[in-house]
This record gives sequence, structure tokens and C-alpha cells, in this order.
Amino acid sequence: MSTTVTATSEAPVFYEVDEHPHPEGHSTALGFWIYLMSDCLIFAILFATFGVLGGNYAAGPGPRDLFDLNLVALNTTMLLLSSITYGFAMLAMDKERVKATQVWLVITGLFGLAFLSIELYEFHHMIAEGAGPQRSAFLSAFFTLVGTHGLHVTFGIIWLVTLLVQVQKRGLILANKRRLMCLSMFWHFLDVVWIGVFTFVYLLGMLR
Amino acid sequence: MTESPIVQSTFLLGRFNLQAIPYHEPILVFTFIGVAIGGAAVLGALTYFRLWGYLWREWFTSVDHKKIGIMYMVLGLIMFIRGFADAIMMRLQQAWAFGGSEGYLPAHHYDQVFSAHGVIMIFFAAMPFVTGLMNYVVPLQIGARDVSFPFLNNFSFWMTVSGAALVMTSLFVGEFAQTGWLAYPPLSGIAYSPYVGVDYYIWALQIAGVGTTLSGINLICTIVKMRAPGMDMMKMPVFTWTSLCTNVLIVASFPILTATLALLTADRYLGTNFFTNDLGGNPMMYVNLIWIWGHPEVYILILPAFGIFSEVTSTFSGKKLFGYTSMVYATVVITILSYLVWLHHFFTMGSGASVNSFFGITTMIISIPTGAKMFNWLFTMYRGRIRFELPMMYTVAFMLIFVIGGMTGVMLAVPPADFVLHNSLFLIAHFHNVIIGGVVFGVFAGIAFWWPKAFGFKLDPFWGKMSFWFWVVGFFFAFMPLYVLGLMGVTRRLRVFDDPSLHIWFIIAAFGAALIACGIASFMIQIGVSILKRDKLRDTTGDPWNARTLEWATSSPPPDYNFAFTPVVHDSDAWWDMKQRGYVRPLSGFKPIHMPRNSGTGPVLAGISFVLGFALIWYIWWLAAVSFVALLAVAIHHTFNYDRDFDIPAEDVVRTEEERTRLLAAQVNA
Repeated sequence: MSTTVTATSEAPVFYEVDEHPHPEGHSTALGFWIYLMSDCLIFAILFATFGVLGGNYAAGPGPRDLFDLNLVALNTTMLLLSSITYGFAMLAMDKERVKATQVWLVITGLFGLAFLSIELYEFHHMIAEGAGPQRSAFLSAFFTLVGTHGLHVTFGIIWLVTLLVQVQKRGLILANKRRLMCLSMFWHFLDVVWIGVFTFVYLLGMLR
Repeated sequence: MTESPIVQSTFLLGRFNLQAIPYHEPILVFTFIGVAIGGAAVLGALTYFRLWGYLWREWFTSVDHKKIGIMYMVLGLIMFIRGFADAIMMRLQQAWAFGGSEGYLPAHHYDQVFSAHGVIMIFFAAMPFVTGLMNYVVPLQIGARDVSFPFLNNFSFWMTVSGAALVMTSLFVGEFAQTGWLAYPPLSGIAYSPYVGVDYYIWALQIAGVGTTLSGINLICTIVKMRAPGMDMMKMPVFTWTSLCTNVLIVASFPILTATLALLTADRYLGTNFFTNDLGGNPMMYVNLIWIWGHPEVYILILPAFGIFSEVTSTFSGKKLFGYTSMVYATVVITILSYLVWLHHFFTMGSGASVNSFFGITTMIISIPTGAKMFNWLFTMYRGRIRFELPMMYTVAFMLIFVIGGMTGVMLAVPPADFVLHNSLFLIAHFHNVIIGGVVFGVFAGIAFWWPKAFGFKLDPFWGKMSFWFWVVGFFFAFMPLYVLGLMGVTRRLRVFDDPSLHIWFIIAAFGAALIACGIASFMIQIGVSILKRDKLRDTTGDPWNARTLEWATSSPPPDYNFAFTPVVHDSDAWWDMKQRGYVRPLSGFKPIHMPRNSGTGPVLAGISFVLGFALIWYIWWLAAVSFVALLAVAIHHTFNYDRDFDIPAEDVVRTEEERTRLLAAQVNA
């Protein structure tokens, strides 16, 4: 009936004579995605904690007393802009333009620093008003959630500076491109988390 | 005298001072002397035989998944013995403290012993055992040469060691937590545990947790990305499947532990109010969060054991595993359900009938896929040619004991019954029943099964059987009395007893613990005897059990590169299929093999993490700052090294493979 030769009728092949070795960094994208998801879980727990404790003011100040939405809007702008400029860095990287990549990375880092400065100013202001993390469970949850995000941005900036040096030293070699791509995912991930913070902590907090 | 000293902090030493050394507790002093003498002997021997360089080059800095796997097993064994010493102390105390006697352990000490026992057995004995077996076996089973991220693998291992070292340090410097193994607040808060015990607990788990999470990511990537050609998901060996599910669970649950402990840390170090009794804190939230990690954790331990039993059953029954597909789906279902049951650990919290019913029902549902597995193993054995070698004996014992533990688990899953049994010795008996019958027997089966693969000779069967029978009989003596006591209402973690009618049960349990001690001793003797008799027990075929999966296709121990040529897979029992269809081992055409290079960064980073943890525990802030900066600096410095691979020259591959050819020929001629 059939003239096609089935696999079983041939001598089966049990090993590869011609190796095709796994290219360097073949699993990095997947691994980094999984890492990001595990980090996402840490934020999930912090959000859940804020969800449970966010109303426990312990007769202390609440969101309406503390949050300045204009400041938060400015801050959010800084972070969103930094994501756009990181995108430009990646576009430049794809076109193999070393200098442009570096410039966009520097701009991204500066936006990140601006974000952190505004956040630290906000924290300082609140603590000076007596609304520090020790004051109530609400404030504990607020400072921990927002602060953890801020710590991530801090490490992102340290990483960014490291990569700037490495791109300077070695150019846009494959390994550096892979690293830039990982940091890109990290940076955008922090942006997504911040949108959650902005919505659930600040905006919904003002509505409470 | 036995209370925790409350001390003023100094800049240089934090709250560390001479009072932190428990020289007034004779038990600890003698333990310390024993450890010091033993440690000095080992260090002296290593120096005398000039082994430091060898260990550093060939083992500590190795990125070879096989060596890392073996190092995990050694770590697990050392910590298992430490954890068992704690168990013996508890059994002795509880058998002793009757009729007005206070026993021999003061409360301050006893509370540390039961906390350390749980923490060590779960995090630093069971986890390394399981991770070690997965590390060793999975890449071989899928026909890979290493894991996806070999350096990360080495780093993960050393972070686990670093955490274990912190727990061990707490024995002689300061104290360990007196809170039980999950450190519930408010007891674990700064108000009720002001000294270093809980801080040791937190930092040991955080540092080891980094390693666990990263190794989880690593093994997922390895299984997803590095399978041999032809091995689609439904052709993966069952152990690889259970490992995949376990590592998914690790990545999806350990971050929860990290976050939860971080919140507790904030409460203790920064004065926040997450789990405090006042200012809006909520201690029950900790209990929820820790069990959202904790319940998946028990499946992290048991799933690989299920995988081991599956491999063992089909190998020693000489049959393909019955119901491979249902086994895979059962594993996946258990993985998912493990996230929907956490509240059964505290039905007594009082969340109401509806919530308790939901979690009671989901808990009972888990017994369905588990039961399916049990029948799959039974049907695999049915009409098989069963060889009762040691791994198979452990498998049969597991099936008997685990079913008992499973049934008492279903009893505990009934919320009204749980209100009576909650935190009683019935619960203790239940989870030891499933952990010893499941995880420990699984690990022993795995060790006996894969030992010849790792070292090229089998384990001595006589001492293995001695160990087996001591363990099985000892288990029943040690834990069946606890079921009885639990039903009579005895709660866990008690130090002294009034009711003389309970005494006999504790004596029986202590006798059981002594039998288990004989089992552990027999196991150690088994290893020693096997090493002495290794020439007699030698296996040169690489396939001593006539087994079925790819790890048996290569030599024992496998060469650094595992497989000279990447295997091509046609069946879930790939090696069996190869043997059936006349596979001929290739003898020529070898090429250079690309491999990762060793790195000392892993042990260095873990060493600095240890110092960082120690500094944070003792409030030595300057040291914490210095070591944190050092940690960052070393990590960043490591990323400037782009040269991480090398090629094993073809001549080396040819030499290794010719040696194997010679051994195989000698086997045929003999």
C-alpha cells in the first residue's frame, strides 16, 4: 500500500555524529524570564500584604494625609520615560551603534536616578512628619512595597553602570547584547510593577 | 544563667561578647570538644595528605553537575546526622521527664533543639538530598553534558552550605531560635525573642534560599532546553518529570518564603508592624504566608521521591512503567493542587466553616492523583520479574508506610477532626510517617540505585539490608506510639509530663529512635564497607541493574562530558530501547567537546554571604556594610570574565572512550 519508508524499517539512529553544540547563552532568556517571575512573586506577596494591612492606620495618618499625587505623577513620568529611553537604547543596539546605545543608557540611568531622588524626598518628607514605617501597619506595608521597588531600581542602575563599562571595553559583542537584553527586561518589569504601585497604592489609596 | 543575655551593643563587636559562648552548658561544651577534635582531625588529615589543592580545583570550584550533586549529598548527610542527634535528644528528654523529673534539657535548650531539628531536617538535609539527586541524575537522564547555567549551579550549592554553616555556628556562638521550625510571630518577634536565635534562623534560610531558588531556575531551563534530540516532553523519564514539577514548585514558592522572612526581618530590625500585636499588625498573616510556601515545600520534597520510586519499580520489575501518561498528569495535578491547600495547617485559626470546608476538600482531592500513582506502581510490579535489590525493598516499604501516612493525612484534612488533632503528636506522627516513608526512603532508594553510576561500584547489600530493616522496624516503634499519644491529646513540643500512664509510649518511641540510630550506623558502615570492598563490587558495564533510562548508557562514573556523542531518543525508556534494537557503541569519529570552565567565585561569594549573615545577626553593622560591598564587588568582577568555556581535546575523548572499550571487552571475556 505504501511505498514510503517508515522510520522503523531503517536502522535507527541512536546518537548524533555531527554535533550541534548549544550556542552560548542559549537558555539565558528563558532563565531570566523565570527569574523575573520569581521576583514578581515577591512583589505579589508585598502587594497582598499591602492589601491586607493597607487600611490599618492605627489611628495614624492615612493615604489622603500623606500622598501628594502631583509628586507621584512626576515620579511616574520619570520612570516611564526611562523605559522609553531604554527602548531607544535597544533599537540603537540592534543597529550596532555603540555610541548611541551608550548615550541612551546614560539618559535611562539619569531618569532612574531622578525617580529615586523624588522617592527618597517623598520618604524623607513622610518620616519627618512622623509617618515612618514604624507608625502603623499601613505605613510598614507602604514603605516596604515602595522601598523594595526602589531597591530594585537602585540595583538596576548599578547593573546599568556595569554594562556601560563593559560595552565600552568590549563593544556590542554577543554576550553584552544578551546582558543588555536582560537588563531591558528587568527595567521594563520594574515599570510594570510601578504601574501596579501607582494604581493600587497611590490612586486607590486616595479613594479610600 | 540559661536565659538569653541581653547585652549592650558595641561598635566593634555589635552585641557579641563572651557570654554568647555557651561554656556554662556542659552538653554543648562536650559537643564542641567532640566537633573540635573531629574537625581538627579532618583538617589535619587533609593538610597531611595535601588534599586542599585537589579539593579546591576538582571539587569546590567545579561546575560539573555530577560533582556538585555529590557535594549536595555529602552536605545532606552531614546535616542529616546533626538533625538526627537533635531527634535523639528530644526522644531521650521526653522519655526521661516523668514522675517529677525535669529530664536533662532545660527549656531554653530543649526549645532550640526541636526548632533546629525541624529546620535542619527540611532545609539542610532533605533539600540537599533531593537537589543533589536531581543535579546528578537529570542532565544524564536527558542526555545533556551539563546544566544550563553551570556556574550558577556551583554558586547555588555554596549558598546552601553557607546557610547550613550559619545554623551550625549557632550551636556554639549564641543560640538558635526557640520558636519551632516556622518561627511564628509574635513569639519570633523582637518583643518575645530579643536575642540572636531567630536572626540565625532568618539569615540562614535567606542565604540558603538564594541558592535553592537559583538552582530551581537552573534545572527548569536545563530540562526545557537541553533534552537530547527526540526526547519530547512525553518521552522524558518520570524522574525528570517529577524534577521539572519540583523545580517549578521551588521557583513558584521560595520567593514567598523570601518575602515573608523579609517582612519578619523588617519587624525585628526596623521596628515595622507587619506581624506585631499592636499598631495594626497581623500575626496570622505570617502563618498564612509561610504556609503558602510551606505546603508546596513538602511536595518539593516528595515529588522527586515519587520519581525515584517510579524508576526503581520499572527497572527492578523489568517492565515499562505502567500508566506513564497518568503518572505525568498525576504529578502535574499534585503540583497545581499543592497551592490550594495551605490553610489546612491552621483550620483552628477560625476562618469559618466555608473556608475550612474548601481547604479540607482540596486537601482530600490530592489523595486521588497520589492514589493513582500508587496503583501505577502496583500494576508495574504485577506480573513483573521483580528483583528485590535494596532500592526495590525501600520502594515496597515506602508503599506500605506511605499509605498509612496518607490515610492519617486524610483524617487530619477533616476540619472537625483537626480541631481535636491540631498540633498534637498525631500530627507529628503523620508527617514523619510521610516524610520518612516517602522522602527518606526515596533518598535511600535513590542512593542505592545511582551509587554505582556515580562511583563505579555497587553498595554492599548486607549492610544495606541491615540498615533497611532497622529503619523500617525502628520507624514503626518510633512513630506509632505518637499516633496513640496524639489521639490521647498530647500536644507537640512538650518538655515534661505529669501523667504516668503516658510514660510507656514515650519509652517505646525512644526505643524506636534507637533502632533508627542503628539503621543510620548501618548505612554509614555500608558506605565504608563498600569502599573497602570496591574491587569486588565493581561494575564496568555502566549498567549494573539492566536499567532503562539514558544515565545507564554511559560509563560509571560518567566522563566529564557525560556522552561522547549526544544520544538520539526514540522512547521514554531510551536506553532500554537502544538495548532492544541493537545499539552499537560508536568507537571512532570523536570530536573536541565544548565544556564550561571551573570558577572559584561561587565559594567566595558564599563565604562573604556567611560573613554578611553573621554580621547582621550580631548587629556588627560595619562588618555587614563591608561584606555587602565586597559581595557586590566580587559579583560584578565576575561578570568581567567573558572566558568561561574550553574544549576537551578530541585526543582526551578518544583516550577516555578507549579505556571504556577495554573495560567492556574485559567484561565480555571474563
